[in-house]
Amino acid sequence: MGVARYIRDQKDAIKEVIYQSGIKVKPVYGPKDLEEVGFDYEKDLGDPGEYPFTRGIHPLGYRSRAWTTRQYTGFGTPEETNQRFKLMISQGQTGLNVAFDLPTQMGLDSDDPRAEGEVGRVGMAVDSLRDFEIAFRGIDLERIGTGLTINAIATVMLAMYQAVAEKFGYSKEKISATPQNDILKEMIGRGAWIFPVEPAVRLVGDCIAYSVKELPACNPVSVCGYHIRESGATPVQEIAYAFQIANAYIQELVNRGMHPDEFVGRFSFNFNVFGNLWEQVAKFRAARKLWAWNLRERWGVKEKKNLFLRGLFGGGGSGLTKEQPENNIIRGAFYALAAALSGAQTTALCSFDEAYTIPTPRAALLSLRTLQIIMEEVGLRDTVDPLAGSYFIETITKQMEEKILEEMAKIDALGGMVHAVASGYVQREVARQAYEFEKGVQSGEITIVGVNKYVEGETPEVELHEYDEQWAEKQIASLREVRRQRNNREVLRLLKELESTARAGENVMPVLVECCKAYATVGEMTGVFREVFGEWQEPSIF
Amino acid sequence: MERRIKVLVAKPGLDGHDRGAKVVALALRDAGMEVIYTGLHQSVDQIVRAAIQESVDVIGLSIMSGAHIPICRKLMESLKKEGLEDPLVVVGGVIPKKDIPVLKEMGIKEVFPGGTPFGRIVEGIKELVSAARKGGEEVSDGSCQVHP
Repeated sequence: MGVARYIRDQKDAIKEVIYQSGIKVKPVYGPKDLEEVGFDYEKDLGDPGEYPFTRGIHPLGYRSRAWTTRQYTGFGTPEETNQRFKLMISQGQTGLNVAFDLPTQMGLDSDDPRAEGEVGRVGMAVDSLRDFEIAFRGIDLERIGTGLTINAIATVMLAMYQAVAEKFGYSKEKISATPQNDILKEMIGRGAWIFPVEPAVRLVGDCIAYSVKELPACNPVSVCGYHIRESGATPVQEIAYAFQIANAYIQELVNRGMHPDEFVGRFSFNFNVFGNLWEQVAKFRAARKLWAWNLRERWGVKEKKNLFLRGLFGGGGSGLTKEQPENNIIRGAFYALAAALSGAQTTALCSFDEAYTIPTPRAALLSLRTLQIIMEEVGLRDTVDPLAGSYFIETITKQMEEKILEEMAKIDALGGMVHAVASGYVQREVARQAYEFEKGVQSGEITIVGVNKYVEGETPEVELHEYDEQWAEKQIASLREVRRQRNNREVLRLLKELESTARAGENVMPVLVECCKAYATVGEMTGVFREVFGEWQEPSIF
Repeated sequence: MERRIKVLVAKPGLDGHDRGAKVVALALRDAGMEVIYTGLHQSVDQIVRAAIQESVDVIGLSIMSGAHIPICRKLMESLKKEGLEDPLVVVGGVIPKKDIPVLKEMGIKEVFPGGTPFGRIVEGIKELVSAARKGGEEVSDGSCQVHP
């Protein structure tokens, strides 16, 4: 899906090209353009692996190591998900990214009335440690790193991951989990929030502070520009808002007396790759540079490796269309190319059928194959940052940088991201952009092949993943068995301890690990937090 | 003068993807309608209550998670239980074609899958409301004579 606006004359010649970020693209670039934006190799690029890391955080890029592939996976009960994990790993996938169903994301047990119709639907249902034991059975947790797409209750799921790893006999020092743990972006887009802003940010902090001490191979936060962009933000806002969210989390830990050098090396990001190829590449190159700059200038970070922007740059779902769904296979290939040209360390693609529902195994494998073809057949591992030095790319990278800084300054002026989200400012901005974008599509100024141009009429049916109503019944039966078999008195005692820990403002992680090991349920643990923290009331944005 | 059409845009259930809901809300407002957005995580009861309080002409549900059939069934039952026949219910989101007849069978008036042009949603709602008002006026004219 293209997102740039093309103004044409009557003969279909392009008169003007305007990127979503507002950058106007010239027909020809040359050395003068670099002069105009004040481009300087040492200052703006540096060698790969050197500050400001515009060209990448590793001196040899993909020559030393290909990217990690991490398709978003999970549905039904833990049994189904475990089978899909094993299929993907057996086919060369190098990491996992767990999709949880909505009740789990919202901290509800599968038999909660609010969970009705949703159990196992958009991800795997998890109620207790029993489910993780099944989901991760037969997977080497010291070799495979696992992303956990969980936010409001990231603390609970990270605790459960530690509990399952220890139960399987792995060392907690060696397991590598990346809980998403980015609640502010849930409040901006995606919407899986529970608690009010302040306690929610505190839980983010608990997760990070605990990991720094106890789980040295885990990345306790993945700040997601991705979903903000999916909600309608421009690429500039995507980066600017994500960095300001990260700054809010850093502030939370600094307030606890920690120095950023102790923890920022463990931050990771999740960014979106869709839209104009060149704009994406410029965005990521500018982002690496600005993140390093932000940490050094704003937070006084000294350690070189703590300045790295690490993360998953993945193909966005909002670029996919229901119309002519096979076209999404081709779009995915170009997103993968954009990610590779941007130096993504970890990547994933939405599968071609995901405009409809979660992917079939065939569609998921096709995404994985796309990533493998880009890395192993096409030549993207040949040399680092292959577009560096292009008059065009370097000029727009500088322009992106300026625009991101402007957008970050707007958030600073509002008193930081916590305020900007609590007041609804960011949500309003993003909704406005989404509306403008949609109007551009409907007027035909933005082209989407198969949707507003080259339309075929009837869309051919594709084979789709089918939701099985029996998954919910199976899951609820298994949950009830867990409740019968566990030591309920011990669970109650631990839940009380969790409550007093939460009220006292102490780190909730250690007692959550104990709760998980005693088979307390997700609904019970989250229930304690609901009791102590209450629930968020969204600001009205209309 | 025609009374302004009042629409409750609602996000039922746990799904938090509300880009579509917000965009459609803005489009309906630009078309001159009065729009109320419920915000996320609404139960069917909360939506029905809001519809009663605001006495809306239309309830527009936005559902992306795939749970549209159980949610719509519950909402339609709840409306019937409350004796609320007035609000016209329309649905948008990720709705497979094969489910559209099932939804209409339940009494959903119109389904606007993701990507439906704004113009078609606006016109669709206007037509539904004006048809309903015409039908309603005949009835209310009659009852007015009895209860002035």
